[in-house]
Amino acid sequence: MKLRRDVFQAIADPTRRTIISLVALQAMTPGAIAEEFNFSRQTVSRHIQILTECEILKQEQTGREIYYHLNPEKLKVIAEFIEPYRKMWDERFNTLEAIMKNQPNNL
Amino acid sequence: MEQKTKVVADEGKQEIRISRVFGLPLESLFKAYVVPEIIEQWMGTKVIKLECKRHGSYHFETTDPKGNKHGFNGTIHEFESNQKITRTFEMENTTFPVQLEFLEFQDINENNSKLDILIVFKSVSDRDNLLKLPFAFGLNMAHNKLEELFSN
Repeated sequence: MKLRRDVFQAIADPTRRTIISLVALQAMTPGAIAEEFNFSRQTVSRHIQILTECEILKQEQTGREIYYHLNPEKLKVIAEFIEPYRKMWDERFNTLEAIMKNQPNNL
Repeated sequence: MEQKTKVVADEGKQEIRISRVFGLPLESLFKAYVVPEIIEQWMGTKVIKLECKRHGSYHFETTDPKGNKHGFNGTIHEFESNQKITRTFEMENTTFPVQLEFLEFQDINENNSKLDILIVFKSVSDRDNLLKLPFAFGLNMAHNKLEELFSN
């Protein structure tokens, strides 16, 4: 059975976060990505595979080389995932503010 | 429009910073964190226990729409009126580890004050999991809404 992956699994790991920031600058071949790390090529390949499975990275064949690109749509999901958390606090604090504005001063 | 509540969660860090400016005097803002009846109103939780002092503790309980009770508790490490509260926070019966919270209350002028919260987590993934909660809940809500629409 193939596990379904989501973008949050992708950012849960520091190596994968580094790969994302590298590829964000320019499309890279798997070899060029692996050179940035001290791990084995297999380990880096595994991280690339996970990032591809959750569609953060997209493959593109250029001649004989495979290049990895960033999928901006998926990254947007990551940026937006903090928003519901922020909104939750914003609403809570708005309530706090409203309640305290209605408090008699002597309380 | 500038967002009133700011949340910073830098990638790869096991912390969240929340800051908010209130149109309230400092004393009023601080009171909202120490008077049980007021906490119950804005947090939507029941205050079972609250000892606002060094080495004190607290215990809150919320009831979800299904009637399930969820407990929260923690220990208060520092308590300085109108200045700061340092405390732990634990969600009972969950796999989330305890987190450490630093709350700093600041005076801006007689009508405005600021609250800065720093939350420190056991690990980066624990932080990401917590950040995801309202996100996942939002997705669920949207899903339930769709279900409602289509079942009618």
